[in-house]
Amino acid sequence: MKRRDFMKNTAMFVAGASVSLSALELIDPQEVLAANPELRWGFLVDTHKCVGCGLCVKACKIENDIPLEANVTRTWVERYVIKKDGEVVMDSPKGALNGYTSKLLDQNKSGMREVADKDIAQAFFVPKLCNHCETPVCVQVCPVGATYQTADGAVLVDRKWCIGCGYCIMGCPYGVRFFHPIEHVADKCTFCYHRISNGGNTACAQACPFGARKIGNLRDPNDPVAKTVMGQRVGVLRDEYGTKPQVFYIGLNKEVH
Amino acid sequence: MKKHVWRPLYVVLGLIGCILVFRMFYIPDDFGTHDRGYTFGYHRLSNEQEWKEYPAKYKGTEYCKDCHSEKVESVAGSQHAMISCENCHGAAFGHPEEPAKLTIDRSRDLCIRCHSALYMPTSGRNDIPGIDPAQHNVDSECSECHNPHNPSLEDM
Ligand code: HEC
Ligand code: HEC
Ligand code: HEC
Ligand code: HEC
Repeated sequence: MKRRDFMKNTAMFVAGASVSLSALELIDPQEVLAANPELRWGFLVDTHKCVGCGLCVKACKIENDIPLEANVTRTWVERYVIKKDGEVVMDSPKGALNGYTSKLLDQNKSGMREVADKDIAQAFFVPKLCNHCETPVCVQVCPVGATYQTADGAVLVDRKWCIGCGYCIMGCPYGVRFFHPIEHVADKCTFCYHRISNGGNTACAQACPFGARKIGNLRDPNDPVAKTVMGQRVGVLRDEYGTKPQVFYIGLNKEVH
Repeated sequence: MKKHVWRPLYVVLGLIGCILVFRMFYIPDDFGTHDRGYTFGYHRLSNEQEWKEYPAKYKGTEYCKDCHSEKVESVAGSQHAMISCENCHGAAFGHPEEPAKLTIDRSRDLCIRCHSALYMPTSGRNDIPGIDPAQHNVDSECSECHNPHNPSLEDM
């Protein structure tokens, strides 16, 4: 018996069994299958491996036609410098499109800031992207059904249907959504849905020379990403919001939100 | 009751009728509640297919093998083995038909993305040999002295 058939039969059996148990409640096997499909995309970020080269950001922008010079991006990399006295200094110039090439930290209005090596306790990079949450806030607030989640977990935007009201951009607790300067609709990371659905890798994961970014199927027990998520200490961003993010981080500090 | 009391009601009913007819034609058949239920899955189903058909730009290093095997082998055996060609040459979408040549980025900016020495004690950045771009042979492009496809200092 194939794995697929086995899953199907099990789902049918469970559905059948529950009907007899709660004779009044009708259970559609289709619904059971939909609630437990065999594919759920998830993403793993290893912050130890990230070197802040920003090649992922560049690849993402080119792959997804986001203008390079526009100050919006679907993915970005943040730099955290934690001083011995506990102060946290952070920056992400242009979302790290051109990488981190200087010790100076870009503090926007207050200018550039240098932290002496001897004062640094920890310093590292954190790549960010859409978390493709299990309960996405952005989808709930859309008044026209233009943003939605697919059965395999990707949160997408229907460009023909989006009216550009901006509720989703305000609603996202992670700030991953923005207004597309050319399409004039809300835009965000799609997990490179066009690549992963056709057997490929995301542009950012493929571009990363150090394996800091990986995409995988969380429902497949033999998938390297699923194995790490199940078997190692991983964290998610802003767990307290109850959005159930599906981007998992190795080596997450409490200073990172 | 008098007629003028009913009239506004007919207008309202007519308007609702118009909206319903408009809706029938405007909203596509595949729009509705799908796999993720009403809260998360209310959408136009064919949009999923539209996203799947979005053209991919990056081809991956495997693709270059057929025509630039020498380069691919050289890079694969070097300290730069983990960097995919398209990171330095741009996405290969359409190449070699259109564009016939990919860009060759000789800028120092490309190399210092990784090689500018930063003090990042709890990240992989600290393990990469670093230089100070403001000090290290400032007037020349890096590739004038270093081979980007095999940067070993011994082979210089
Ligand atoms: C089907 C064969 C083919 C494939 C596959 C291919 N190329 Fe090329 N490439 C060519 C040809 C032909 C030229 C033109 C050579 C010339 O005019 O000197 C070229 C030129 C180039 C150049 C410019 C060389 C110069 O001297 O200006 C670069 C860089 C390059 N390719 C990179 C790549 C990369 C990276 C890949 C993989 C992502 C790739 N190519 C895949 C055939 C190919
Ligand atoms: C670290 C960045 C980097 C990577 C990775 C890289 N290249 Fe290059 N490549 C360069 C640079 C810089 C030049 C220009 C060299 C010069 O000026 O002599 C170049 C030149 C070339 C050329 C044309 C000139 C020549 O030397 O014949 C080709 C073709 C080429 N690369 C193909 C590839 C392929 C294929 C790969 C992947 C296996 C690759 N490159 C990986 C940076 C890179
Ligand atoms: C994505 C990051 C990255 C980029 C971009 C990159 N390199 Fe490297 N480079 C590395 C890593 C990592 C090593 C060392 C690997 C190791 O430890 O053996 C290295 C090694 C080297 C070395 C050897 C240093 C030594 O001490 O042995 C030289 C020289 C070098 N690169 C030059 C360049 C030049 C020139 C460019 C631009 C064309 C460039 N690199 C672009 C990551 C990068
Ligand atoms: C004029 C030739 C020249 C140019 C241009 C040049 N280098 Fe070098 N580079 C050298 C030589 C020679 C060495 C080995 C001796 C040394 O450490 O200074 C070296 C060493 C290095 C090392 C190894 C440092 C270490 O401590 O292991 C790296 C990394 C490096 N270069 C990167 C670059 C990058 C990146 C650029 C462009 C921004 C560049 N080089 C431009 C000549 C050059």
